[in-house]
Amino acid sequence: MDTSRSYLEPSSFSKKLAATIIIVYTVITLIPISWMVMTSFKNVNSAISYPPEVFFEPSLEGYVNLFTNRSRQSQEYLDSLPPPENWYEELVRSREMVITGPSKFLGRYSNSMIIGFGSTFASVFLGALAAYAFSRFRVPLKDDLLFFILSTRMFPPIAVAVPIFIMYRKLGLGDTHLGMIILYTVVNLSLAVWLLKGFMDEIPKEYEEAAMIDGYSRLQAFFKVVLPQAMTGIAATAIFCMIFSWNEYAFAVLLTQFNAQTAPPFIPTIIGEGGLDWPAIGAGTTLFLLPVMIFTIILRKHLLRGITFGAVRK
Amino acid sequence: MSQIKIANLQKSFGDFTAVKNSNLTINDKEFFVLLGPSGCGKTTTLRMIAGLELPTSGEIYLGEEEVGMLRASERDIAFVFQLFALYPHMNVKNNLSFPLKMQGFSRSEIKTRVEEAAKLLRIDHILNSSISSLSGGDRQRVALGRALVRRPKAFLMDEPLGTLDAEFRELMCLELKKLHIDIGATTVYVTHDQLEAMSLADRIAVMDGGEILQADEPAVIYNKPVTKFVASFIGSPGMNFINIDQGISNEQSTLNIEGTNFNIPKQYEISKSKKNSFGIRPENLSLTNEGGLKGSVFGVEYLGSRKIVTVKTNFGEIKVKTNISTSVKINENVQVKPSNNNIIIFDGETDRSLKSEFMN
Repeated sequence: MDTSRSYLEPSSFSKKLAATIIIVYTVITLIPISWMVMTSFKNVNSAISYPPEVFFEPSLEGYVNLFTNRSRQSQEYLDSLPPPENWYEELVRSREMVITGPSKFLGRYSNSMIIGFGSTFASVFLGALAAYAFSRFRVPLKDDLLFFILSTRMFPPIAVAVPIFIMYRKLGLGDTHLGMIILYTVVNLSLAVWLLKGFMDEIPKEYEEAAMIDGYSRLQAFFKVVLPQAMTGIAATAIFCMIFSWNEYAFAVLLTQFNAQTAPPFIPTIIGEGGLDWPAIGAGTTLFLLPVMIFTIILRKHLLRGITFGAVRK
Repeated sequence: MSQIKIANLQKSFGDFTAVKNSNLTINDKEFFVLLGPSGCGKTTTLRMIAGLELPTSGEIYLGEEEVGMLRASERDIAFVFQLFALYPHMNVKNNLSFPLKMQGFSRSEIKTRVEEAAKLLRIDHILNSSISSLSGGDRQRVALGRALVRRPKAFLMDEPLGTLDAEFRELMCLELKKLHIDIGATTVYVTHDQLEAMSLADRIAVMDGGEILQADEPAVIYNKPVTKFVASFIGSPGMNFINIDQGISNEQSTLNIEGTNFNIPKQYEISKSKKNSFGIRPENLSLTNEGGLKGSVFGVEYLGSRKIVTVKTNFGEIKVKTNISTSVKINENVQVKPSNNNIIIFDGETDRSLKSEFMN
């Protein structure tokens, strides 16, 4: 047996055990996601066939259906049409249908983008300012205020759905982008303030004092010196806020219908002929997953540093 | 460069008074050290001069201008922090040019000034390095450089050598002194290390409990401390105190302790306190066989060129700095006697030194 290892280094057995647990866990979590991606590339029949098909001929039908509205036509009518101009028209015609126009998916998707990124930015920005104030200034009743801020997360947000619904109707904020951005910002803000305060506390106040001595105002020092050093915390907070507002379903169902409807309430309503259009739903959820995934991968480096931040005093 | 003057300066945090009614004038081009134990208010005083704390009352003059209530960014001063506070997300060059960018200098002017400062501090070879890759000494130099480039009215330094190891601290001490001579900038330097203070300062102010006890040249502070605290804080070891349960009358020049008469400098002040003390530095004492305070040797420390002998007497332990050739054994009976007239009598009530021929 190898006895030369350091006491700080885990033994090879515990490393293997850890790896096994991680692999098993990853496989379990990835099964639904890979099933979803597979469904998005199946055709309507293979998606619901029993026993489920693991190997199948990939098709882009789901994606075509996701982005288009179609109507069924008689064979005679289809024959009378000029030949299809592109591959997706051909695909639709082979199902005895014609494309009648683009679906609402793209609009809902961009609503999700605007509201998701908008509220994430607002939460992080406001959260950073509040966290800085709580971290640096002698705020009267600081602890009580911080507890009050945290208490907004102690009930499920949907518990206040009715008052918010009425309030939004009175204020004309229902079914607007601004309304949804404000709502998600409010929900995320307490998390943002608490997370970021922890990070701000770790930044020695000498840095902004140095900047102020160097001729900068406190606000300038905040932007030029404090924020860049809080990047890890900001990245971590942004990811959490983004995931929440991107995935939020209940309020989106309740408060949006047309103008500002996000993708989560839209995707389950994709109905095909004679039942749900599973490949289209699979395609919608797959595309829906991408932005958060890319966002997290971009910020991943900061996130990892964020987890160990403050563990070692520099 | 300019003079710094503080008048009746006071700072309270709630019930706690950190700085009490301080008055101080720091001359133009002077290297001035604020010295004291931790919690004595020296850093608070410095931070008030910098504008990082606002005084509760009192005035601060930078040159002719009263700056007490101005923001740090509106005072033309530079500050070197104990932990340097170099911006970790910028490289050395950007750290140095950061204060200049705010003042709206042209790009070429910034470049010249940064290169000038870098050359002076011998950091021109690391201008493009990141801060985290620098050694403690180089960080120190960059911190000084960031202060230098602005050519401010005054430099304020808060224990800038505190985090360096002993060997390096000595080197940086010399560099700092040389730098000060080269650029002749008014400098206020805070430290708790008396050796640092002694070797750097033109003048030292000793602080304790929020008060400035004495501000003078190092030699005066050392030889003629005005309070018992200064006498014991300065010097290693500090001054010896022998309690004398008798008052002091005017023109008195001898003192009877344990039946032996000792000559003391002619006193010019009367003290009726029964708790007065007789203060003398270890190097002004010598060991003798008769005519001194009786005691026995408790310990001997070798300091290379000198020896410190601790003698246990009825008045507590007395430290004597003697020649290396003096040979004494532990528990040997000896007597301790002043070898010159550098003696200070401290008043038992106020802890202040009494005026005398020596303390004039």
